[in-house]
Amino acid sequence: MSAAPTGKTPSSPADGIVLQLDQVTKRFGGLTAVDNVSFQIRRGEIFALIGPNGAGKTTLFNTVTGMYKTTSGTIVFQGKDITGLKPYRVAGLGIARTFQQIRLFSYMSALDNIKVGEHHRMRARLWDSLFKTPRARREEREVEAKAMELLKFVGIEDQAYNYARNLPYGHQRRLEIARALATNPSLLLLDEPAAGANPQEKRQLMELVERVRGQGITILLIEHDMKVVMGISDRILVLDYGERIAEGKPQEVRTNPRVIEAYLGKSA
Amino acid sequence: MFLAAIFLILAVVLTPKAATNFPFFLQIVIYGIADGAIFALIALGYTMVYGIIELINFAHGDIFTLGAFMSMPLISAFGLSEGQSSGVVVWLLLLVITVIVMVINGGVNVLIERVAYRPLRHAPRLAPLITAVGVSFILEGIMYVWRGASNVHYPDLLPDTRIPLIGSASLGVKDIIVIVTAIVLVVLLTIFIGGTRLGKAMRATAQDREAAQLMGIDINRTISATFFIGAVLAGAGGVIFGLYFNSVRFDLGFEAGLFAFTAAVFGGIGNLQGAALGGLFIGLVQAFATANFLPGGAAVSDIWVFMILIIVLVFRPTGLLGMQVPEK
Amino acid sequence: MNRRNGRAALTTDTAMRWASGWFQSRNRTIYTLLIIGALLYPSLMDIVTGGEGNHWIGTAAFAGVFVLLAIGLNTVVGFAGLLDLGYAAFFAIGAYTYGMFASGQLLASPLHHEFHIPFWVMLLVGVFVAACFGIILGAPTLRLRGDYLAIVTLGFGEIVPRLVQYLGAGSPIGNWTGGVNGIAAIDPPKLPIILTGPWFGLGTPFGVVKNFDFFNPLAYPLDFYWLMAILIVVCIVLATNLQNSRIGRAWMAVREDEVAAAASGVNTVAIKLTAFAIGASFAGFAGAFYGAQLSLVSSDNFEFIVSVTILIMVVLGGMGNIPGVIVGALLIYTTQYVVLTNLPDWTTSLATAVGLTGLNQAHGDWVGLHDEVQRLNYLIFGVILVAVMVLRPQGLFPSRVREQELEKGTEEQAVFDLRAEET
Repeated sequence: MSAAPTGKTPSSPADGIVLQLDQVTKRFGGLTAVDNVSFQIRRGEIFALIGPNGAGKTTLFNTVTGMYKTTSGTIVFQGKDITGLKPYRVAGLGIARTFQQIRLFSYMSALDNIKVGEHHRMRARLWDSLFKTPRARREEREVEAKAMELLKFVGIEDQAYNYARNLPYGHQRRLEIARALATNPSLLLLDEPAAGANPQEKRQLMELVERVRGQGITILLIEHDMKVVMGISDRILVLDYGERIAEGKPQEVRTNPRVIEAYLGKSA
Repeated sequence: MFLAAIFLILAVVLTPKAATNFPFFLQIVIYGIADGAIFALIALGYTMVYGIIELINFAHGDIFTLGAFMSMPLISAFGLSEGQSSGVVVWLLLLVITVIVMVINGGVNVLIERVAYRPLRHAPRLAPLITAVGVSFILEGIMYVWRGASNVHYPDLLPDTRIPLIGSASLGVKDIIVIVTAIVLVVLLTIFIGGTRLGKAMRATAQDREAAQLMGIDINRTISATFFIGAVLAGAGGVIFGLYFNSVRFDLGFEAGLFAFTAAVFGGIGNLQGAALGGLFIGLVQAFATANFLPGGAAVSDIWVFMILIIVLVFRPTGLLGMQVPEK
Repeated sequence: MNRRNGRAALTTDTAMRWASGWFQSRNRTIYTLLIIGALLYPSLMDIVTGGEGNHWIGTAAFAGVFVLLAIGLNTVVGFAGLLDLGYAAFFAIGAYTYGMFASGQLLASPLHHEFHIPFWVMLLVGVFVAACFGIILGAPTLRLRGDYLAIVTLGFGEIVPRLVQYLGAGSPIGNWTGGVNGIAAIDPPKLPIILTGPWFGLGTPFGVVKNFDFFNPLAYPLDFYWLMAILIVVCIVLATNLQNSRIGRAWMAVREDEVAAAASGVNTVAIKLTAFAIGASFAGFAGAFYGAQLSLVSSDNFEFIVSVTILIMVVLGGMGNIPGVIVGALLIYTTQYVVLTNLPDWTTSLATAVGLTGLNQAHGDWVGLHDEVQRLNYLIFGVILVAVMVLRPQGLFPSRVREQELEKGTEEQAVFDLRAEET
């Protein structure tokens, strides 16, 4: 997979911190969905975000990717403050994401879905597009080749010309990851990639995540399946009611009494 | 904040006019409110239908015209004619006629929904929009064939009595009837939507159709009811339009509908009070422009309406009373 | 198999495959038929009418204006998924830009000077001005979601013709647009030199005309017809290029899912603005041509109903599919301006021909067949719209996928319903 996505060359300080959240809070009216959360993600690790339903995991994703404005706190990505940037700017800087409920471009081919991910890196201007200049043609060919490689990388190259809507569920998950990779990210946010998958598909997906990490891409993962999380993560952050209640290596988190309480309820 | 700014600007523009000739100003306000009340009645139907199936029902303005047209033969059938003394009997008969028109109108609209919109509920979004335009043409075509292309005189049955106010300003019985009818209907509608089972079903369907269906709400029936009520209000609007202006034309609803839809968006589409408020606002702006209170005079009154609409939407993208809906 | 036969078989085979490949693709078939039709149409009309085809050729050039408009609106509505209900405003802006700067109109304005800028320059200026207006309107409003944008464009579409009407004689800032009278005597396109030949009518001798003016009776209206055909081809090529480019993909992504597009790095506001500006520039282009051929612009030609008509062409033809919307534009134009306009005359002639002349006279409530049929125009057009949309909600020639999808969608729905009943 030599041509598969590679992370950007590190531009962050030598400490290797890719993403740093500092006292990030997100409120909706009276509801505090994310409450004063801080953490750091190191280059090349798989960092998992877990917690019961409604703990604020997806809200945190949306805050990091600029879909929600933070109420307070700062988010620093590779040494650059990205708090309050628009989603497309965040994506352009190198944070890609997938969605809990798959959001593909239904009426576009799998190949075109991926090409959209490459949009922001393409240099063809309006003029080039209108008149199909040699420059635009060359770029289209490059993008096409790159998109094909990504399809191969996630293992669905035979679906290239099928419409995203017509792909089986598992392939849609993979396509979404491929589209995210097409933006050439240094950090990939995966929102429950294994949701709804059978055990075998889960194993395959996790193997894919490992391969993505192998390309030098840092991964921030939300996942409910504890077996999956414990097996793949380097470090885990546990949220409950928007608050950070634990952070550490899988075995540390597993034995943390507060985590057990949050998952099983006080009565347990 | 934004609302305050708008009212402040309007106040600054209008205060000198009001100060120089207050009775005239008052008179214009009365005309504006009466016009606006009719717009409001049409706008309610737009806003309800949009709220529930996200369709800009371009035929709704023609449903309004249809109300006016259907009341004319009823008026003759009930033996009413111009110049009669306006006794209690006349009032009662007019009420009966209005109710009949409202019911027929509602039925027609329910039928239209069945034939032209329901088959397209899962079709691409713009398909029902085009059938709505088609239905608009059909309704206008029917009325054209029926009464011709020119203005049709509508019997002048209401007394021209005017109650003097300050100076030259006066309040006509017709003005009162238009305004009171509109207020009564809006209040009844609000109670209906807020309090009854069907009203709750309508609100639930507007929020989330699938969830409402899972909760056991009959979606088809609820949508039919929405079309029925919308047409009932538009029918009433049509009758009082005829009684107020005494002249109707087959394509009257086209422009009236456009303004009413503007009113609905202006107030925040899907919001009943917003639609009523938007209707009043548009009536007033048109009246002020026609009376030369706004720069440019009558020739540009519509330009003012649409300019203000665009400005409102730019600063408050969901209209005056619309809620900020989070991205799903 | 001997060598020669083998070769022949091979050639036939290739030709067959080439031909079937060509005709299998429905869009190519449509384009082929359109090209053949466009080439044969003038001669055909001359033959059918016995040498009096000029009227029909001129009509076809006007229909071409609507083809351009439909292609333009399709980029906004079909590709980018933005509902524009005031598209005629940009058409008006193109037409008036040409009208003002290619006629005596501005002599009456505070400028006190006539401009006669050549058509070819103004064609580009019209494109540019319309695009600018598109950006001015779009920049503050494109963050509005869905139908709020539609209503802003509707408002703009209402403002422009009224403003144009207002800025005539007696307006506080002078007479710029001719007001209710519009602008008349607009310059035709001119060429320093042109080759004449049978393409300007059978029997026209080959030759060279210098300082050619498009109203030259030698060539009119065929010169406009061919010019229109060229402009349409240019626009089809440009629109198709855009569709298959980086920008076209981004448009479709925004149409399908704006949030996902933004998360994939697409600047959604900028890309929607591009769609809006490009859509507007197509309309500006069409407007300039329209002003030149009609030699007259008037605010009546740009009202809301025109915007709606163009939208009908796009949706009925098949949103997002360029050949589809072209066919949609031609069909709707023919229905509205040819069939319905002439239907009263045709029925009258028919009645005369079959000996029912009595029908043509008015007696009692009957106002005569001609006027009775004319009265039915609205009704007929409305019934056609409803019937076509109910029967083919996806349009006549949708992009092929959409068509399959719609069928699939209903199947899925059925499955879902079954499950719901089981539980």
